[in-house]
Amino acid sequence: MQQLVNTALGGLVQGMVFAAFALALVLIWRSTRVVNFAQAPMAMVTTFIALSVIDATGSYWLGFAAALASGLLLGAVIERGVVQHVVGKGELNAVILTLGLFIVLHAGAAVVFGNEFRSFPAPFGVRGIEVGGQSVALTTSGLFTIGAVLVVMGLLVVLFRFTDVGLRMRAAAFNPEVARLLGVRVARMTTLGWALASLVGSLAGLLIAGGSLVHPSYMDSVVVLGFVAAVLGGLESPAGAVVGGLLLGVALSFVSGYLGSQLVALAALVILAVVLAVRPGGLFAPTVARRV
Amino acid sequence: MPQFLTAHPLVRHLLVAALGMVVVVTVLGAVGEFRRFQLAEMASLGIAAGGLTVLTGINGQLSLGHGALMAIGAYTTALLLPDRDAGTPLLLVLLAAVAVTALVGVVLGAAAARLHGPYLAGATLALAIAVPGIALHFKGTLGGEQGLRVVMPRPPTWAEDATWFLTAQELTSTGWIAFIAWTTLIVTYVLLASLTSGRVGRRWRAVRDDEIAAQLVGIDVGRARISAFTVSAAAAGAAGCLLALVVRLSAPGSFGLVLSLTLLAVVVLGGLGSLAGALLGAGLLTFLPQVATQVGRDAGLSDIQAAELAPLVQGVVMVLVILLAPGGLAGAWRGARARLRKRGRTPGLALAGAAPTEALGPVDIDATDPFPAEPARPVPSESTKGARP
Repeated sequence: MQQLVNTALGGLVQGMVFAAFALALVLIWRSTRVVNFAQAPMAMVTTFIALSVIDATGSYWLGFAAALASGLLLGAVIERGVVQHVVGKGELNAVILTLGLFIVLHAGAAVVFGNEFRSFPAPFGVRGIEVGGQSVALTTSGLFTIGAVLVVMGLLVVLFRFTDVGLRMRAAAFNPEVARLLGVRVARMTTLGWALASLVGSLAGLLIAGGSLVHPSYMDSVVVLGFVAAVLGGLESPAGAVVGGLLLGVALSFVSGYLGSQLVALAALVILAVVLAVRPGGLFAPTVARRV
Repeated sequence: MPQFLTAHPLVRHLLVAALGMVVVVTVLGAVGEFRRFQLAEMASLGIAAGGLTVLTGINGQLSLGHGALMAIGAYTTALLLPDRDAGTPLLLVLLAAVAVTALVGVVLGAAAARLHGPYLAGATLALAIAVPGIALHFKGTLGGEQGLRVVMPRPPTWAEDATWFLTAQELTSTGWIAFIAWTTLIVTYVLLASLTSGRVGRRWRAVRDDEIAAQLVGIDVGRARISAFTVSAAAAGAAGCLLALVVRLSAPGSFGLVLSLTLLAVVVLGGLGSLAGALLGAGLLTFLPQVATQVGRDAGLSDIQAAELAPLVQGVVMVLVILLAPGGLAGAWRGARARLRKRGRTPGLALAGAAPTEALGPVDIDATDPFPAEPARPVPSESTKGARP
């Protein structure tokens, strides 16, 4: 029973991170119809920047801010610099481009930051909280993870629902032509969308790294898991991405806890295959008529 | 070449193949052991890339899981050749690896047939990450992290005799596997070129270019997709088998995401849909790491940093090719030839300097843009529009 609860709680924390990552993918997909396979290495780069800042200043929070700021910047630079030129030129081009970026960022990080495992500090304790004399698997760091993701999601909801910029961004993603006619600077909004998504992605990277080891490839499996989470919820829907992430996190936590941690990726593949076969639009997609 | 010899594609392919065999034997006889090893690796990469370029370039399906398919071929090989006494003939091992991988390819192809673009990419990416995990989980049979040793059977006497007769050298085991790898490459390329230049290839292209139109003229789209995936997977299986034989090991580390992405880089660099491009790309990416590492060391980088320069260059090239020359090397070659023709010079001049395998390539001559883009459309999909009228 205790193991069951602990596995579920661990999955919940993990699921929160997947949800953030999936959310980043969905934001980009909605604004540019590109699945950003380079999301994971982008987050990895910002995590390494955070680590450098932490090493230099000794403050976790400075590093945290540096990662988010560099995430924002990296997203904008990548969209402006390269992605812009392939949008709308066939789906293969965009996929191959983001995979090329994947390799570039990966190898670039290994050249700049080194190719060895380095430990990343955790902001809070990594020991289980005591509940009624028993220690449960939920740590203060875990609570921080859940809280941070919830805060970011809340901010995004506020941005998109209640601000002028959010409205423009939604308009630009919904129908660029009409939005342009109405005076929305679509290109600027797209860049902003990429920047925000990259910020959310770098938050996910930081949360995964906290209290464990980082390495240029430490996010590689997350790119797949985030994608599965996003597809699970339907690539169109941010809320679906969050639910998909949570479901996937709990499901994979059970696979890892009861079957073996090496089978996590296989389980993700099976889940993905089943979802795509049964509901190609994802579990929560508002529409079913989309070709995948 | 006389007209009657070049008229039929198969005759032309076989001629080029025979010429290729001569070149292979000559080159393998002339170079040292280490180069033979590298050439064998190149052949393996070239075979897998050939399969992938047909799938992606001709049929329009992008697979990031070909590294995983190669792993399946490699593990089949390792299980069949556990020690020196296994005595299974190499040809049988190769065919078994191809058969097993093709079987997996049928299943994957059936699943992939309904997916498009990023969805297919994501699903096959998951495959690339998942398969090494299987090898790690079943430590007992598949060896876990260390992988399985592959023991090469001794070369047969006729091969030793023939080598002695032709080159006056002893046949080394690296030389033997390099010879097998290149023979397999040539056979595979002839098969792929014949398939793609015939009726099957036309169907694959039709499905790639316009699915609905293909359906209207009576092509079974699902079947065309699955058959392309199966053929491509079979090639990957052969490549995996050969790679396992070359490095004498089948371990999960060598078949990870990196390999799948390298394969993609090879076919993008070569020009999607072109077999000659795939071979050229495989050559470049086989020899690039050594050169890049050397350049990095000379520039004062540490060994570990220098080792990362090769993938860095590979990624940068991939991005640049997609941005600037989506046709890759094959596209650039065709463009240059077209310009030469326009100026009224004979194209034969340019052809004379090219590698003999080049002629296998132009399976896709009329397609200047290898990415059959869907017609330009506003960014949001029809479905989102429908949802909020």
